[in-house]
Amino acid sequence: MEKEKALFFAVKDCALITIATGRKAVNLAELRDNLQLVNTASIYHHFWGGLLVPRFEEREFHNDFAGWVRHSLREPELAERLAAIDPGEAENVEAIRQELLEIIEECLEQSENAHWMPAARQFEFLRGQLVVFDTHRRLEKPADLAEQIPKMSTSSIFYHFIDARSRMPESSDDFRFWLTGYGAEYQDLCAKLAAIDPFFSSLSQIRQELAELFSAYFAGGVA
Amino acid sequence: MSSLLESYAAITGPDVIDHLRQLAESLRGTKVVHVNSTRIGGGVAEILEKLAPLSNELGLDTSWEVISGGEEFYQCTKSMHNGLQGNRVQINAALLAAYEQANEANAEILREKLSEADFVFIHDPQPAGLLAHCPNRRGKWVWRCHIDASHPYRPVWKYLRKMVDRYDASIFSLPAFAQPLQHPQYIIPPSIDPLSDKNIELSQEEVNRVRAEFDLDPARPLLVQVSRFDRFKDPVGVIQAYRLAKKFIPSLQLVLAGGGASDDPEGDIVLAEAREMANNDPDVHILLLAPDAHRTINALQRAADIVLQKSTKEGFGLTVTEAMWKSKPVIGGDTGGIRLQVINYHTGFLVHTPEGAALRIRYLLRQKTRMQEMGIKGKEYARENFLLTRHLREYLTLMVGLRHKDEYRIELN
Repeated sequence: MEKEKALFFAVKDCALITIATGRKAVNLAELRDNLQLVNTASIYHHFWGGLLVPRFEEREFHNDFAGWVRHSLREPELAERLAAIDPGEAENVEAIRQELLEIIEECLEQSENAHWMPAARQFEFLRGQLVVFDTHRRLEKPADLAEQIPKMSTSSIFYHFIDARSRMPESSDDFRFWLTGYGAEYQDLCAKLAAIDPFFSSLSQIRQELAELFSAYFAGGVA
Repeated sequence: MSSLLESYAAITGPDVIDHLRQLAESLRGTKVVHVNSTRIGGGVAEILEKLAPLSNELGLDTSWEVISGGEEFYQCTKSMHNGLQGNRVQINAALLAAYEQANEANAEILREKLSEADFVFIHDPQPAGLLAHCPNRRGKWVWRCHIDASHPYRPVWKYLRKMVDRYDASIFSLPAFAQPLQHPQYIIPPSIDPLSDKNIELSQEEVNRVRAEFDLDPARPLLVQVSRFDRFKDPVGVIQAYRLAKKFIPSLQLVLAGGGASDDPEGDIVLAEAREMANNDPDVHILLLAPDAHRTINALQRAADIVLQKSTKEGFGLTVTEAMWKSKPVIGGDTGGIRLQVINYHTGFLVHTPEGAALRIRYLLRQKTRMQEMGIKGKEYARENFLLTRHLREYLTLMVGLRHKDEYRIELN
């Protein structure tokens, strides 16, 4: 979304395809070595790409590194520390890389075994490629969000609410960016949007949450 | 909306088709050619049969070509297939020469079409040598590997890599299958066609007719494995699992149904091994079905209580998704693409041995409610992840992606 075109909201959609980087790790030292070299797109993918993958269980960890350390390396303490990294707080993906490396280095320094203990399954570093296209749907006023959000695909929600965080200043999303174009009018709504934690919900749950929020807000109810 | 797309919309929902249309807008008129080595039999042919017309309805200009060769060519490519799956196969110089000659001869026929295409998808090792014979190609060439190449036999991979490295991209079904190559390696799992004879809804009468045709007792539990007679599919292990379970469930019946493929000369040997292991047990039905016996396979899967896919190596194992689409729990080997489809305690069970398979057979046949729950979940999981429409979406995404090199986010106007 471009700020100067804030008069309407262009609904976009996207399709993600996964690409193998060829980098693989079978122990923690290899994970560290590869993390130092892998493209930032791969780190981004392992934090957010999982949201586009349907699953039965709720996400235990919101990044793939923590999940692999817990289930393939069986290092629960390290997994919890890695899971605590908040990509929303990080300045950019490079900062996330440094945070990951610091935590892993600390673990490697404390335990000789951690250098060589083999994982049950190797970690494959992936990256994504996101193709964004126009649905040709336009929202003319913020109140349209209440009706239109339930009609959006989950990949559209991914693009506007998740992927936007890496495009927008201060990890914002496209909805908040559009609403701030109206000045202070929707400040309270923006605060409510910011409070939605996208990490532990599926995309359809996020869509539902957004729909309920907009519906209640524009109906004059309590969101 | 045209009829084929309308038919899919009825199954996937109209949003999925709208999504494809929007994505395909920037690819209208793009010339795409798929090349493989068999028109009938095997998962690749089944995918291409619908993928090509469906993408044409979306405005692309897609065609599907099939190469052919002599007996030595197929012997060579079967060995390559086995070698990619990790078998220590020796391929002599005469077979390699037959492979190269067949590719050269097929290139003579296809060169003009392939050279003019915007995208050429070469499926598996059989036609991989075509690229070298199309020096004036103008489009992007993509090698699509449907095989579990996670631990290839190195001499075979070394030979193939020299050809494959020259492609603009490759596609593997799982990240674990990807090999170090000098181009982007896309990850695209395959899919089933819900409207094909193999997966379409059947009447109970038709299922009953097939039961009667093969002397299957509808009152007794039935296990079914559908796959080629190939050692990696472990038909012998399936019979062992059946025997172990039958000690506890004497009424158990087993069907091993194999469709042959014209590019698989090893099938007869494995079929004989399975028959020997069955030892004339009247409750073990080994069926060698014609390559086009899709409705029979469909009916057998629907007649099953549990579907097995006890492979020890598997490129993907589309029979798993086929079974899930028919709301059947699946007991699958813990390997390759089966891991992506069989989710323990949700859509079935992953096992490592005949003993493990037998244990899960006993569990499921005692827990009928659980079995039904898994069937329902499996169908929804298949709908979301493994239908042709998802597969097509990823091919379209890949084509757009390849035109934009390494960019992460590609904004189409």
